[in-house]
Amino acid sequence: MPNGNEPRKHTIAVLVENKFGVLSRVAGLFSARGYNIESLSVGETLDPSVSRMTLVVRGDEFVIEQATKQLHKLIDVIKVTDLTDESHVERELVLIRVNAEPSNRAEILRTADIFRARVVDVTPVSFVLEATGDEGKLEALIELLRPMGIQELVRTGKVVIARGPKTRVRRVEAPRKPRVADDPRVVGFAD
Amino acid sequence: MKMAGARIVLECLKRQGVDLIFGLPGGAVLPIYDALYDFEGLRHILVRQEAAAGHAAEGYARTSGRVGVCLVTSGPAATNLVTALQDAMMDSIPIVAFTGQVPTHLIGNDAFQEADNVGITRPCTKHNFLVKDGNDLGPIIREAFHIASTGRPGPVHVDLPKDILVKEWDLVWPDKIQMRSYNPNYDGHPGQIKRAAKLMARAKKPVLYVGGGVISADANAELRELAELTQIPLTQTLMGLGSFPMEHPLSLDMLGMHGSYYANMAVHHSDVLVAVGARFDDRVTGRVDAFAPKAEIIHIDIDPSSISKNIKVDVPIVGDCRRVLAKLVEALREELREEPAPAVREGRRQWAAQIAEWKRDFPFRYEWSDDVVKPQHVVQEISNATGGEAFIVTGVGQHQMWTAQYYKFKHPRMWCTSGGLGTMGYGLPTAMGVQAAHPGKLVINIDGDGSFQMNSQELATCFTEGLPVKTVIINNGGHGMVRQWQRIIYKERYSAIDLPQIPDWVRLAEAYGCVGLRVTKPSEVLPAIEKMISTPAPVILDVCVDKDECVFPMVPAGGANTDMILEPPTREVRDKAAKSQTGF
Repeated sequence: MPNGNEPRKHTIAVLVENKFGVLSRVAGLFSARGYNIESLSVGETLDPSVSRMTLVVRGDEFVIEQATKQLHKLIDVIKVTDLTDESHVERELVLIRVNAEPSNRAEILRTADIFRARVVDVTPVSFVLEATGDEGKLEALIELLRPMGIQELVRTGKVVIARGPKTRVRRVEAPRKPRVADDPRVVGFAD
Repeated sequence: MKMAGARIVLECLKRQGVDLIFGLPGGAVLPIYDALYDFEGLRHILVRQEAAAGHAAEGYARTSGRVGVCLVTSGPAATNLVTALQDAMMDSIPIVAFTGQVPTHLIGNDAFQEADNVGITRPCTKHNFLVKDGNDLGPIIREAFHIASTGRPGPVHVDLPKDILVKEWDLVWPDKIQMRSYNPNYDGHPGQIKRAAKLMARAKKPVLYVGGGVISADANAELRELAELTQIPLTQTLMGLGSFPMEHPLSLDMLGMHGSYYANMAVHHSDVLVAVGARFDDRVTGRVDAFAPKAEIIHIDIDPSSISKNIKVDVPIVGDCRRVLAKLVEALREELREEPAPAVREGRRQWAAQIAEWKRDFPFRYEWSDDVVKPQHVVQEISNATGGEAFIVTGVGQHQMWTAQYYKFKHPRMWCTSGGLGTMGYGLPTAMGVQAAHPGKLVINIDGDGSFQMNSQELATCFTEGLPVKTVIINNGGHGMVRQWQRIIYKERYSAIDLPQIPDWVRLAEAYGCVGLRVTKPSEVLPAIEKMISTPAPVILDVCVDKDECVFPMVPAGGANTDMILEPPTREVRDKAAKSQTGF
């Protein structure tokens, strides 16, 4: 299919029934259609019968449109929202075990302080730092610590929440060149 | 009142209105078969291989409009069933498949005849369930039938661990089904329907392109009304055959890779293309960037994910074909109250003349021979002999395409073929399911010698269950479609396609208690077909045909629909076809 737009990262929130096998349905959908998931996190919502998945997927408009429609087609999926172009807050958590020789301990602690990272484990030769933030902030922290020698690094997937008083996020604007045009039902968001 | 899980399953089937199931017993489903022993009102047809149970359920479902049901055991039975599930998935056929599973405490232990059934069927079903609590049996079975038969229909799989079937539970039967995560949209958006009507009323070169969705939605009457009201010519996909009478003057027959010249040309040159319950499959579109390049496309489909998947759509209408077509007819009556502009009228007149010219100059055609039977002739004779009033089923291959081209389909729900998945061996078991749904009616399976061999064991089922399916084997001694591709695209390097005349089909039929007939000359074809139809038993009619016959027109994969090859190609055409080959 011809496409006039470049692939970019999309952050998609998916509300699903909190049932056995749902994660595998979602993961299977992406692998079966050759889409790549860059990050995925899952957790219960206020309503314990509903889980929320946050997916980060790279693709052009066609891929993302098809991916969201296919997600919505899964029987256990309640709602799909593409938050990419909405005002939102995104956070990720990272745990970093970094070499801490006497010569650089102070430097690491200073860096941690700047990034509001916390030291959660200390040995004579290492620190474990915990930091939260958006992807850019965490990347910057990692880059600064890299020269000290990072032994191990663990990141959660991204979690995202829309800004503003409403819990409900409106559907994103149709792409500039409308293809699915003005039928609000076509993309298939449950609301 | 408490009862065994197995009994609950049967009670639920009964409440669901099921009176016929196709199945094959085994360890994990023994409790259900025990309950079936004295259960009233449920006929069980014992197949010889599990995939056949799935295909039979498909045949039952497609021709009756009800949900087909099959029941098999765990492990290898479930994996055998996978082909039928994927087949039903791709062709949107509503079936509910029950499989046995090892007891819950053994799941994951690599127990005897264990497989991760729901893991395996997840991508090839619309939805699936593993029952872990007997109290869920009723609600799950209800939901399974609901999901299979609503929205875009499809297969649903329910996996039943043996201990759940043995233990006693209360039968829980919800009064109504409420699923917050599943609410198919049936009514098309009124604004979009109006837009579509405006486009259609002003089109100079419109074409209707209709698929299996029209049949699933039972929208053939609305479709005919629309076509006749607007006088828009209409082409059908392989799955859509029967949605519109082929002998209707507006019919352009089938389109696509082996479609008619006039259908493909009409679609290519159209200015407005109205797709109804069709999904722009690659066998229909050919090279997508060359498909209907000048057309504004209206797409009516119940599945939002079908829209703009392969081809960019201008006016999407998500909804049930029947409801949307009815509204579209209303909207068009409104639009057509005013006289169309003279330019539109003149455009339509020229378009009709152009189409008539294509139809006259490039009909489906083949070379007649007095010595060797031409396969197309066999299909024509079947079509004439039945008057389009028989249930027709096919396998997959050349015979399937010739049937689609030469059989004059009249009615919906009288045609079953494996369109999306292309499952060889689909013919006989599916025909069995059709026959079981329609006792006393004529069911003809037009099959190939390669395709038929993949499920010929079901002759035993036909014989023992009293299912007098008629099979016509278009016998060309090989995998004809593969041979055709090797001939045209792979420079006649014939590789692994010969099927010597083994078995002897007449004797095989007799070995299974059926009637076997053989034809080798063109003059014998019609008498043999008449004899076959008048025989009350299952029949195999072995028709030895010209093995060099190819299906034309043909669009080489990767080619545009305008690159149709109309007759056995010259060396240059073959070289060109080989070059245009980009996929498959």
